[in-house]
Amino acid sequence: MSDAPFLVELLVSALIVLGASFALIGSWGMVRLPSLMERLHGPTKATTLGLGAMLVASVAWFQLAEGVWTTHEILVSVFLFVTAPISANMIAKVHLHRLRTGEPGEVRGPAGTPDAPPTGATWATYEAPHEGTPGDFVGD
Amino acid sequence: MSRLFPHPGLSALLIAMWVVMVNDVSFGTLFLALVFGIVVPIFTAPWWPGRPHVRFIPGLAYCGLVLWDIVVANFEVAAIILFKPNRKLRPAWLTIPLELDTPEAITVFAGTISLTPGTVSADVSACGKYLLVHALHATDPAAEVAKIKARYERRLKEIYA
Repeated sequence: MSDAPFLVELLVSALIVLGASFALIGSWGMVRLPSLMERLHGPTKATTLGLGAMLVASVAWFQLAEGVWTTHEILVSVFLFVTAPISANMIAKVHLHRLRTGEPGEVRGPAGTPDAPPTGATWATYEAPHEGTPGDFVGD
Repeated sequence: MSRLFPHPGLSALLIAMWVVMVNDVSFGTLFLALVFGIVVPIFTAPWWPGRPHVRFIPGLAYCGLVLWDIVVANFEVAAIILFKPNRKLRPAWLTIPLELDTPEAITVFAGTISLTPGTVSADVSACGKYLLVHALHATDPAAEVAKIKARYERRLKEIYA
């Protein structure tokens, strides 16, 4: 095996086990939570720390055991943090849309259907963007 | 100067990303990074005509706060998944009235809500004044909304002032 100091191996192993535990808990959440919107919380969330711990372990290993700095892990986490909310948002939007159109097989979760916003307008998923609002791509 | 760097923030980001991606700080890498940092903003200028003014130091502090919240809330969500039975779970839709008005600020706010475990931002109202958020466990939705607004939106208002 390697000739890295014991403490380095201990630190890296602890981080990997921590990360793997969070990934496992996230997957378990996906299995046991009641409906789609709740299940969205498990993997998108517990995974951020799960993967984060893995990446810190990777940086720590290359720096402490191999003596080189790697920066690719920073990029991985940046891209993950930028893309994860967007995919979650898209899944939620599709769910809202299918609830509204009464798609057969779309299960209404324990939270039910969201109320319309207090003013006259509806949620953006339900209609085309208006001019002068965020997302109209005209004045932006 | 402003013609060479029409978007200094984007240039700095591109240079940093390139150096991080190549994982090396030699002359060649820095030179190519500088070329990208100058050329890409100039050629993509039509797509960002009105860019927001961002305050840098509060922005960094905000990133630190969000990272810390992600770690803390991960443990909270893990505890809910492991120990809270479904019949005791109180998922709820939250409607957050927005005080932020620029698309960039609202996007960052929604992204923050999605990244901090326990809440996912699902939609924005067509008028752009409300954000629809799903909470995994919220016994008091009004208090949850107030907490999110006080913790994140107040700071974002300062950053995008």
